[in-house]
Amino acid sequence: MTRSFQTSGAPHMPQRTTVAKVMLQVLLALTPGLLAYTWFFGPGILVQVILSTVFALLFEFLMLRARGKPLKPFINDYSAVVTAVLFALCIPPLAPWWISCIAMLFAIVFAKHLYGGLGQNVFNPAMVAYVVVLISFPQAITNWLPPLALAQHSFGLADTLVTIFTGQVPFAGGWDAVTQATPLDTLKTGVDAGRMVPEIRNSPLFGDFGGKGWEWIANWFALGGFYLLYKRVISWQVPVAVIGSVLLLSLPFWLVDPDSNPFPLQHVFSGAIVLAAFFIATDPVSGCVSDRGRLIFGAGVGIITLVIRRWGGYPDGVAFAVLLMNMAAPLIDRYTRPRMYGE
Amino acid sequence: MTSSQQVERAKEAGNRTHHFHGGLRLRHNKKISCMDPVIQPPLPELLVVPLLQHAGDIAEPLVRVGDAILKGQQIGQCQPCAAVHSPSSGTVEAIEERPMSHPSGQPGLCVVIRPDGREKWCKLKPLSNWLDASPDSLIEHMQNCGLAGLGGAVFPTHAKMRDGRNRNTHTLILNGVECEPYISCDEMLMRERPDEIILGARVLRRTLGAERVIIAIEDQMGAVEKALTDSSEYADSKNISVVKVPTIYPEGGERQLIQVLTGLEVPATGRPSDLGLICQNVATAAAVAEAVTQGKPLIERYVTVTGNGITHPRNFMALFGTPVSHLVDQCGGYSDDVARLVVGGPMMGYPLDSDDAPVVKASNCVLALTIADITAPQPEMPCIRCGECARVCPAMLLPQQLHLQIKNELWEPAQTYGLSACIECGCCDFVCPSHIPLVDWFRFGKGQLLKRTLESEAAELARQRFENREARLLSVKQERAKKMLRRKQVLKDKVTQQDRIRASIQRAENKGKENSHNQDKGAPGDT
Repeated sequence: MTRSFQTSGAPHMPQRTTVAKVMLQVLLALTPGLLAYTWFFGPGILVQVILSTVFALLFEFLMLRARGKPLKPFINDYSAVVTAVLFALCIPPLAPWWISCIAMLFAIVFAKHLYGGLGQNVFNPAMVAYVVVLISFPQAITNWLPPLALAQHSFGLADTLVTIFTGQVPFAGGWDAVTQATPLDTLKTGVDAGRMVPEIRNSPLFGDFGGKGWEWIANWFALGGFYLLYKRVISWQVPVAVIGSVLLLSLPFWLVDPDSNPFPLQHVFSGAIVLAAFFIATDPVSGCVSDRGRLIFGAGVGIITLVIRRWGGYPDGVAFAVLLMNMAAPLIDRYTRPRMYGE
Repeated sequence: MTSSQQVERAKEAGNRTHHFHGGLRLRHNKKISCMDPVIQPPLPELLVVPLLQHAGDIAEPLVRVGDAILKGQQIGQCQPCAAVHSPSSGTVEAIEERPMSHPSGQPGLCVVIRPDGREKWCKLKPLSNWLDASPDSLIEHMQNCGLAGLGGAVFPTHAKMRDGRNRNTHTLILNGVECEPYISCDEMLMRERPDEIILGARVLRRTLGAERVIIAIEDQMGAVEKALTDSSEYADSKNISVVKVPTIYPEGGERQLIQVLTGLEVPATGRPSDLGLICQNVATAAAVAEAVTQGKPLIERYVTVTGNGITHPRNFMALFGTPVSHLVDQCGGYSDDVARLVVGGPMMGYPLDSDDAPVVKASNCVLALTIADITAPQPEMPCIRCGECARVCPAMLLPQQLHLQIKNELWEPAQTYGLSACIECGCCDFVCPSHIPLVDWFRFGKGQLLKRTLESEAAELARQRFENREARLLSVKQERAKKMLRRKQVLKDKVTQQDRIRASIQRAENKGKENSHNQDKGAPGDT
């Protein structure tokens, strides 16, 4: 008795993972850092995450429609959510709501879909978004808060919402009374003014290595990063190259002149280095594919960040460094093809 | 390392195990089919023997419809390939296109035999004095017996042996590493017929003029190791060792196994014989032993019939041409939720659309899977360049780059990125989060590369032909011109000669006129 069967290609067993699972793992790995951020700086970051996620999904929906792509698999791949969360982690927790709107417009519409959608973008969408608003709206993007422990006014959820949606601070004295320069800012302006690093570091804004609060958030991000390494979502080459190059390059400067150069670990734990090392520079789409290529890519991010911090006009340069290396990635790939079996 | 140093190092094969790049640790699922001893199923009603058993040319039928044939009689012949023999005695019912077990799913020319149930053998010609036989006669015997690699690729044994014979082979590797999940036919064979395997190994070793034999098995095949080392042939044989290797897919691949045993890589454009090594499957060795001692051609093999879609999974000694459905019936049929039928393992196997396809030399396993074993086909997403495919690729390629290159028809980059080195193991397919059918793309790409090579060869041939023709025409033209020139010369010479004659005639005439004139004048001397 003959029986017929449906055919389908190998493998004839469930595949290991899906794009959605990969993205969810990234989101899960970001959670400890996100919670630490909330712990140190109040609920503003959570509001920003929700805002940018909503805008990101909205633009994703519109673009998928416009391009005639199926909605379900692409909305459910969570790639837009990852972009949104990474962007939210880059901006001040009290940034006005329209910042996320404009940023996600650029991230999803321009950086992602106009380049061909998921997997086709040359530049990291979150970094494109951040750089667009950083350059276009410097005022709104530099209103940073001190850690709750140092703040005169503590922002509850209601105060946060009012500030984000009205742009007005519900406390006497307005923005000036509540915002504070970031540790990296303080450092840059201090050094530029001729003050010495150990003296600047006496400010209560600084902790053991980086900024107070910030260094702990970095630790939690690193923890999430180790989870991704363990789950083999990211490879070790990029984080090691980013952090290693920052340490190696800042060491001689610090040894020669410790008064005007921060010590290497301070560089690592300030700003977005740890976040970038594990979550941003590891973006596979806009990064390199071979192991050697990833080492070069990561080192490039570390070096350009330090150059911008030291000689550039911005206190931190991670976003610019990532975008510049995105441009270089295809060329690096071209020259770092790994050896094949038997070659 | 120079190639001679590599050959020296290859001689240490098996002393310790090494790693190969990538690969996967998969669930074995082998136990379910290893519980019962191997049996021979009853004769099916019809045996359908495809005349194409491996890559290459289709064998030519040697029998006609209505012929009475004997078991073991040669029914197909193909000069460079292995011969095809009748699996049983009976009559040839038809020679026609039938579905055959082939990855293409296309029907092919088959000899349909109705067995008479008497199982009457033709006259067999054993080489019982094989120790005195010359290697060339052993190789010829292997070809006549239709021996081909039973590991899956069905490469004709005599061709591989001839290559090994000409290349100073020092070590024969018997491949008992059955790394794909579910398949257990080699394991059962090694457990049940170790003597034949080791005898076959000795014949192969003698044919090659090699010194050593390594039988590579998986580290979890405890019973197999015992069976092999306990066998009487093993006790009598020198320089045969059983080596256990860790079970990582696709370690049963020839190049991967050699890397694990020697730490060396077979040159990308070369063959294992470049290192002085020849790999043969354990089942091939057993078939060699039977061919030599009994003169039995290759007409049957161990086949695993397994999977959750089979009621009682087990192994069979099945005649070629036995329909898959016949074997499944012997296993108690399908379970209710069977959803897919596969020949081979879950990683590299190809699906059957109907179970009337026959068992062939390549069929190591028939796998029936249920809905729970396979996921519904998921939508293919764009590549996110996560690089997981490169991490598991045992050929150390960059599958995501190759995919892009093939998609964009960039054939030269695809070639430099090693498309033809892909062994189609399917590791990249298995780990791809976007569910891109990478191996399908690579097969397509390889086909295109081959087509391009053939086309460029044809173009080269045409160019040469054109140039030769031009040259020939030119030489003919020159020849003609030369001839013309010569003729002109001759003509000219003739003309000048005639001129000269005419001139001399003229002169003579003139002279004559002068004389007569003088005569007229009445010259005194003339008279």
